[in-house]
Amino acid sequence: MLSRVADSLYWMSRYFERADHCARVLEANYNLMLNPSKLSAEERWHRIMASLGIAATASGIDPQMAMIKLTSDPDEESSIVSCIAESRENAGQVREQISSEMWECLNCLYHQVTQADGRLDTDSDPLRLVAAVREGAYQFQGVTAGTMNHGEGWHFIQLGKYMERSCSLPVLLDAYFSAAGKADYLDWVGLLASCAAFESYCKVYTADLKPDSMAEFLLLNPEFPYSVRYAVERMCAAIAAISETSFTKVAERIERVAGRLRASLAYVPIADIMKGGLHRYLDSVIEQCNDLHAAVHVVYIDYPIQSALEA
Amino acid sequence: MSMPAQSADHAPMPAPFSDYEIAAAYDEMFLASGRPRPHYRNLYTQLLNLPPEELHRSKNESDLAFFNQGITFTVYGRAEATEQIFPHDLLPRIVTNSEWATIERGLTQRITALNLFLADVYHEGRILKDGVIPGEIIYTCKHFRRQMHGVKVPRDVYISVAGTDLVRLPDGRFVVLEDNLRVPSGVSYMLTSRKVMKQIFPALFRKCGVRPIEQYSQALFSTLRSLAPEGRSTIVLLTPGIYNSAYFEHAFLARQMGIELVEGRDLVVHDNAVYMRTTSGLQRVDVIYRRVDDDFVDPLAFRADSSLGVAGLFNAYRAGNIVLANALGTGVADDKAIYSYVPEIIRYYLGEDPIVDNVETFLMTDRAQREHVCGNLEKYVVKAVGESGGYGMLIGPHSSREQRSEFRDKILADPRNYIAQPTLMLSTAPCFVDGQVEPRHVDLRPYVLFGEKVTIVPGGLTRVALRKGSLVVNSSQGGGSKDTWVLQN
Repeated sequence: MLSRVADSLYWMSRYFERADHCARVLEANYNLMLNPSKLSAEERWHRIMASLGIAATASGIDPQMAMIKLTSDPDEESSIVSCIAESRENAGQVREQISSEMWECLNCLYHQVTQADGRLDTDSDPLRLVAAVREGAYQFQGVTAGTMNHGEGWHFIQLGKYMERSCSLPVLLDAYFSAAGKADYLDWVGLLASCAAFESYCKVYTADLKPDSMAEFLLLNPEFPYSVRYAVERMCAAIAAISETSFTKVAERIERVAGRLRASLAYVPIADIMKGGLHRYLDSVIEQCNDLHAAVHVVYIDYPIQSALEA
Repeated sequence: MSMPAQSADHAPMPAPFSDYEIAAAYDEMFLASGRPRPHYRNLYTQLLNLPPEELHRSKNESDLAFFNQGITFTVYGRAEATEQIFPHDLLPRIVTNSEWATIERGLTQRITALNLFLADVYHEGRILKDGVIPGEIIYTCKHFRRQMHGVKVPRDVYISVAGTDLVRLPDGRFVVLEDNLRVPSGVSYMLTSRKVMKQIFPALFRKCGVRPIEQYSQALFSTLRSLAPEGRSTIVLLTPGIYNSAYFEHAFLARQMGIELVEGRDLVVHDNAVYMRTTSGLQRVDVIYRRVDDDFVDPLAFRADSSLGVAGLFNAYRAGNIVLANALGTGVADDKAIYSYVPEIIRYYLGEDPIVDNVETFLMTDRAQREHVCGNLEKYVVKAVGESGGYGMLIGPHSSREQRSEFRDKILADPRNYIAQPTLMLSTAPCFVDGQVEPRHVDLRPYVLFGEKVTIVPGGLTRVALRKGSLVVNSSQGGGSKDTWVLQN
């Protein structure tokens, strides 16, 4: 497969996942903001921004404006509309490599979110938009799984999706746990809802929302799709599949980084993590993901010509 | 009172032909008497017997099929280039087997001679030394590539793919209007149009005995492979990218042939060898079917501002390590001024008379011809020699006084850049327009492949000027296409 094609599929998928994540976080919080809380509206919006990895603005956040900015402002690079547009742009570069159903689905969603710009008048409009994005996201994932060959291209799509998830979940967790002392029950519900985790969590730990249990669930649960461990496992599976189909012999660096990351999630009990400091642990997960991204990039996409000729 | 110009000696035509005017042009379907030509009888009978709503339904089905398959071209000029469906006419244009045999022989002769011409021009230049063509006209050609001098190309094949535009004159003869020898496009429309027509008129296909064209992709692949060095045959298609108006076709052909669709940034040159970047490392490339113009293939050798090409490609080419199809510099043979010498070129290299004639062409570099044309501009079509797509043209009979005076100035300022031809009355073919069948002007572009041998699939792209009375068939200017059927016998 051409490196450029692999790169476009990877980023199509990463941006798509980013849009989906943003929609889920906004939907969860928009609902909860309707309840009174110890935290001011501004503090809560700062946490939403932080949980999406967006640097906090100086002060004075207007909730309605913030919502519109994060959904449909094309100048805000983390907004849903920007991420969908980036995803579509990448898909357009490799249109003949993806199924026509995938393109149609993504294209439809793009038009839906771009047309919403400037028309989010009533209170409930942004909420409808994020709901539509989540629906569209499920549809796109289903169409992708159902219509595309599960070959190398598919594995790059999986890699992009779970890489994004592995990077964004720690950011979200950090935003909540760094201010854990001030958080009340509803704040924790918001964290779980941001990962579509409320029901799944309750099945394992009952509705007793304990910070340590939530951290354990969202970090280390091997079965829940929005846990860091699950995302990393899927990411490593995609990497293994890619190295198998592409016959690359120089993938040791990737395997080393991936293996260490997996081990740190699979074999470390949550008590040890909390003792060593959750923030530090989350930072190291993100750092390792970035290393992995760089390693994949240099092995498959943008390798130095000289090394490729010697290999 | 003005009535349709119908000759008085035959009865009005039956529906859906009631508005069908047979004028001065050669009509592909009807004789001057209003009776259908023998090879159109099956279609004629079918159209008479079809209820009108059935034709409408077929038209809708065909449009939908084109839409669903994403058969589109890009229209420039808006903020975001937009994709449109290529207008497609429902009724096939039918060519008899014997007419086709002449076309086939004529185009084979022509591409053979033009290849010999290119090999000569870029090596010894015998034809210039013998005074058959003035050297000046070659060296002043915008598409002459002096860098190609002395470069050996595999099998001496410069033109592997040509799309020759033919038109039919009122006397029924086909003549060559233009040779497109650089990066001709449109073949994907020929192939998809056939696919759609088979869904819509299966019975007619069975009755008529239409020769197949589906083998085109395979023939193109064989042609490209025949140019590859022994034992090495990684072939790729080089596209300018998704914003090119023919991107659909590039993706289509790459998929049909099972080869990689690459952009310039996917290729690297190292030690004069060309590689593509894949996830499995660098892979050596042997043949490039390039759909990028000469000017843009290598920023080091040609236009330095090109980001579509590959730096170092030309050196690899000169070293014989990569095959480009078509070769670089073929544009010198489809320059519209040099076109006027093609009959001489055929005689010079092959010792034969041309089987398919040229259109009479006046060179503006010749003083007598220039004065004649400038004095009678309203009768002529004036074309810029290096342009295509219907741009840079004056159609005398449809022009205003200002346009003519503007062109006269342009000709006098740069005579080498212009030629003139008499206004041609292109033949007409039946088209389905607003519920009726009406004549519209058409041309024909068959695709000629040249590798180990010459291959021309029986058919081509018939382009239609969909506006009534218009003679311009280019898709950028209101043209459409229709399927071309060459009959078995």
